[in-house]
Amino acid sequence: MTRTLTHLERLEAESIHIMREVVAEAERPVMLYSVGKDSAVMLHLARKAFYPSPPPFPLLHVDTTWKFQEMYKLRDRMAKESGMELLVYHNPEAMERGINPFDHGPLHTDMWKTEGLKQALDHYGFDAAFGGARRDEEKSRAKERIFSFRTATHGWDPKNQRPELWNLYNAKKAKGESIRVFPISNWTELDIWQYIHLNDIPIVPLYFSAKRPTVERDGMLLMVDDDRFPLKEGEVPVERSIRFRTLGCYPLTGAVESDAKTLPEVIQEMLLTTTSERQGRVIDKDGGDASMEKKKQEGYF
Amino acid sequence: MSDAETIYKTDALIAEDIDSYLDQHQHKSLLRFITCGSVDDGKSTLIGRLLYDSKMIFEDQLEALQADSKKVGTQGQEIDFALLVDGLAAEREQGITIDVAYRFFATEKRKFIVADCPGHEQYTRNMFTGASTADLAVILIDARKGVLVQTRRHSYLCNLIGIKNIVLAVNKMDLIDYDQAKYDAIVADYAAFAAEIGIKDFTAMPISGFKGDNITTNSANTPWYTGKPLIEHLETVELDNTADQSKPFRLPVQWVNRPNLDFRGFSGLIATGSVKPGDAIRVLPSGKTSTVTKVVTLDGDLDEAVAGQSVTVCFADEVDCSRGNVIATADAPPEVSDQFEATLVWMDDDALHVGRSYWLKLGTQMVSATVQQPKYTVNVNTMEHLAAKTLELNAIGVAELATDKPIVFEPYAESRTLGGFILIDKISNRTVGAGMLHFSLRRAQNVHWQATDIGREVHANLKNQKPRVLWFTGLSGSGKSTIANEVEKQLNLMNRHTFLLDGDNVRHGLNKDLGFTEADRIENIRRVGEVAKLMTDAGLIVLTAFISPFRAERDMVRAMLPEGEFIEIFVDTPLEVAEARDVKGLYKKARSGALKNFTGIDSPYEAPINPEIRVNTVEMTPVEAAEHIIRAILPLK
Ligand SMILES: Nc1nc2c(ncn2[C@@H]2O[C@H](COP(=O)(O)OP(=O)(O)OP(=O)(O)O)[C@@H](O)[C@H]2O)c(=O)[nH]1
Ligand SMILES: [Mg+2]
Repeated sequence: MTRTLTHLERLEAESIHIMREVVAEAERPVMLYSVGKDSAVMLHLARKAFYPSPPPFPLLHVDTTWKFQEMYKLRDRMAKESGMELLVYHNPEAMERGINPFDHGPLHTDMWKTEGLKQALDHYGFDAAFGGARRDEEKSRAKERIFSFRTATHGWDPKNQRPELWNLYNAKKAKGESIRVFPISNWTELDIWQYIHLNDIPIVPLYFSAKRPTVERDGMLLMVDDDRFPLKEGEVPVERSIRFRTLGCYPLTGAVESDAKTLPEVIQEMLLTTTSERQGRVIDKDGGDASMEKKKQEGYF
Repeated sequence: MSDAETIYKTDALIAEDIDSYLDQHQHKSLLRFITCGSVDDGKSTLIGRLLYDSKMIFEDQLEALQADSKKVGTQGQEIDFALLVDGLAAEREQGITIDVAYRFFATEKRKFIVADCPGHEQYTRNMFTGASTADLAVILIDARKGVLVQTRRHSYLCNLIGIKNIVLAVNKMDLIDYDQAKYDAIVADYAAFAAEIGIKDFTAMPISGFKGDNITTNSANTPWYTGKPLIEHLETVELDNTADQSKPFRLPVQWVNRPNLDFRGFSGLIATGSVKPGDAIRVLPSGKTSTVTKVVTLDGDLDEAVAGQSVTVCFADEVDCSRGNVIATADAPPEVSDQFEATLVWMDDDALHVGRSYWLKLGTQMVSATVQQPKYTVNVNTMEHLAAKTLELNAIGVAELATDKPIVFEPYAESRTLGGFILIDKISNRTVGAGMLHFSLRRAQNVHWQATDIGREVHANLKNQKPRVLWFTGLSGSGKSTIANEVEKQLNLMNRHTFLLDGDNVRHGLNKDLGFTEADRIENIRRVGEVAKLMTDAGLIVLTAFISPFRAERDMVRAMLPEGEFIEIFVDTPLEVAEARDVKGLYKKARSGALKNFTGIDSPYEAPINPEIRVNTVEMTPVEAAEHIIRAILPLK
């Protein structure tokens, strides 16, 4: 009896295949875990790929200390449930200099995330890192291979990527070089939500609407997540029904006003919306047109 | 655009009944397709159009697109849809596509992943990357230009890689006033070519990606066209991916799952066929058999799993099975061989080195492989077969190849997974070629072996020794020949039968047709290896003294010989020391630039990582080094 696999079944099988190839061919793989919905799906797929064993690699959270409180909570819970080791890395220099999104602008992302990530990978000697980036997110990501080769200084050369035929991945590299692997490259935002829904995957509650303290700045709704948020003169946090389409550092992530309290409602809102998911992030905007490509060349995920 | 709306996004259904929308979406099938064809035929524009019409473009992206179009677009003040897809800075600057972009959209019936391929010949490998995972190809033609060389090349590659569904989209119809006669002429021209290369069937349609004709709805500008608009065709074309399920079961093992002593499972993606508990299986290449007990997943054991699914299976017996093995139906297993004929597509700036050892990855198997001189290459413009010594970037050719170990395979026409492979350069680690196996060359088919009664063992026994190749490697002036000569003298005193091959006795005869280019140096080593091998068959202890700077070449010779007969001896002399000795004055010449490609100066020397023997010529005299070597290879029988 033959049956046509659904698109989600095909995507799932592909992601699992990719993860197993990495584990078989890399010396020291790691999964970058950012606690967002894409990480949630990626982690779930990893658990499927290696069940009944726990995934044979650690989780790495390159932290900025500025994530939402709820994210830290879920992160620790998921690490425990999956039976995986959780490594949390803080760029010591950013820590020492007290780099933060309010005072330091783009330097915040640059030091905590881009530099932090490179340092963490070097520090632990990981030669392959799973990332939860999707090709539908952004135009330079749409161009990236599933196995994305990085030089010893973590550089990406978009004009000279290795051919990637069928599902044969080339994981060969010289000492010091590494590979970023994107197992959910071919998933769309809708696929992610639907998969979370069908598999009951735990996600940070911030994706669902609730009354939360907010202030409006530069056309963005920011949530006052802790008392490090410096209020400007006359600014008073206002309770609003909000949720997030994407999660990052709380001072850099814009909320949307919403009443969506369940996954189907969230999906419904997403499908009827007219703006892209990354619009709520400051990070993609600075640097103009090719900003993500440039960041990636410098070593950002 | 109200028609387009109903095709793509059922906004009303989403708003009214999200659960039934999700249910509908969840059961959609997936079609992966590419757009390809010649430079500027409008591939990226067409995809931009599809995304735009399918409302995959959000307001913020549209604003950016409008601004970009005015700034760097190719259509004056109008929207340049290609900019939605050409995402790299270099692409936008030059108005061309360099690498594949993967984009996504869905209609009521299907989900689509589309790969926009570059048209430039220079980026053919990227086009081939896109094509390798596609179920369907949309080949575009600029209606003003007709069938071009790149149209042919891409069509040939699509057919070669096995894409069964071809759409011929004659684009830019707006620029030829939707002229039916011109359209018909192009289609007839293409049909003749398609038949020649074996494309059995294709669907032609007149479109304008830029204006939107025959994309979502039939255009009033082409009343004479009675076929379906592009989207409707993509939505309804029959997928052949269930065909794989009716073939015999094959599961290439990716990983052995062993969480504790009570569980041993084998994980992989089912290439063809299906599997259920109770099935009799055979593990290849060993041929051991067992029975499937369970198909395990996190969501519970499965009653059956089919091609395309990633699973973990368990057996009733403790049979040996590891990564690279293939689990197959017991009564119809695939073949195992180490010599093949294949079509190769070369994808690296550095041409194929005949005889060099490359990594070959096929399914989950990774072996060393050498490629023979191509039988021919294909001129994609005329379909002529041309004689060739090698394969240059973008060349397509047929050649024989040999692997160092037998691999489990099927012809590409029967199984993409067990018939498609990539070649990886052992030094640069780049993916340099892709190949599709035709069939195995049974030795009998290849070289007719004369069955001889006096085999290598008899030769060796008569000489009272174990044949071996003592392979000396090291820089020029490191002392290879001196030490090898000393070793041979001592072996001679011990009544052993030896022969020393070095530059002088080989370069003047056997290899006098070879120069010092990289390709020739590889061929030099290959021939020395083959001669040394014949001499070991004759029972001799062979000593060779060649710089042999590349690991890949030394490994190639190692792979020619039976396990344990290749003894790599690293004559470890630091460059300063060798250069100071400069017996033949070569270093001086190299330093002055009079001698090019000199190992250690402007050409690399890759020191052995794990040589059987290492001699340090700074601390040892040649006689001491020779004694050290002899001690290491004892006993001689
Ligand atoms: N008038 C008209 N112009 C078109 C049409 N399709 C594409 N063009 C224009 O043709 C030019 C090339 O289009 P692209 O989409 O970049 O071509 P391409 O095939 O993707 O090119 P490469 O990827 O670089 O090979 C652009 O200026 C487009 O605006 C069409 O249907 N009609
Ligand atoms: Mg293009």
